[in-house]
Amino acid sequence: MNSVIGMIFVAVGLAFNVLGCIGMIRLPDMYNRLQASTKCVTMGTCMVMIGVMISAGFLHSAQLSARCIICMVFILITAPTAAHALAHGAYSFGVRLWEKSVVNRYEEDFPKKSTDQDHE
Amino acid sequence: MKQVAMFLLLLLLWVVLVWPFEAAGGQIHLVAGELVPGIFVALLVVLIMRHSIPEGFKAWINPVRLFWFVVYVGVFVFYVIKANFDVAYRIIHPAMPIHPGIVKVKTTLKTRAGIAMLANAIALTPGTLTLHAEENGDLYVHWINVKATDVEGATGYIVSRFEWLIKRILE
Repeated sequence: MNSVIGMIFVAVGLAFNVLGCIGMIRLPDMYNRLQASTKCVTMGTCMVMIGVMISAGFLHSAQLSARCIICMVFILITAPTAAHALAHGAYSFGVRLWEKSVVNRYEEDFPKKSTDQDHE
Repeated sequence: MKQVAMFLLLLLLWVVLVWPFEAAGGQIHLVAGELVPGIFVALLVVLIMRHSIPEGFKAWINPVRLFWFVVYVGVFVFYVIKANFDVAYRIIHPAMPIHPGIVKVKTTLKTRAGIAMLANAIALTPGTLTLHAEENGDLYVHWINVKATDVEGATGYIVSRFEWLIKRILE
């Protein structure tokens, strides 16, 4: 019974991981793609971990469960940090927003210096 | 003091990851060959990082803060799940209903740890990703579905659902 529930969790987690990958292909610009990959992959991987924990049994293999919980905590801390670093780096490098973007307060407050690329 | 606390924390992490216990003859033995490298590595890390350990270790040993932290984890998990269904819906919808943009929000949190925690929470909640954080509490957030372009409106949507909790935990 436990293994069935665990497999369901793993399957749902993998489905979210796949959705994150589809989002990386379908969405229009770097920042939207980061959103999809961060959110879906974070929860997908956490659900895979929970599924492994359930199918192995929490108390039956305390070692495995402890490792899974540590993995989840690290993913939840590092994934958003990495996404922030990537987004900030991409913006500093000059990756543009999608042309249908609604608003860009960041550019209003920190106007970009005109570079050679802007005149092309 | 805080070095000792960090050393114990790192050693605990090592013990959980490596699990240097061995069951033999009904008794559980500690395997020294797997524990000693952990002590060595933890000492090395504390030695290298001794200047960048954050202050305020003692403030965490406080049942009220820990209670609000548990509440925060619950709220956080709820919003993470909501965020996933939200983003998944936008991805698989044929017309892709997104209105992305970068909005500016203001937080009243003062400490760097509080702003970092808020930025982290924003990155995992529905449709938002922190792009830039200023020291004075201004956050620039990429929002996949902009509902309010002004500072106050965006703050109400994005920041207010976590700010009160983080304030109780850290400040």
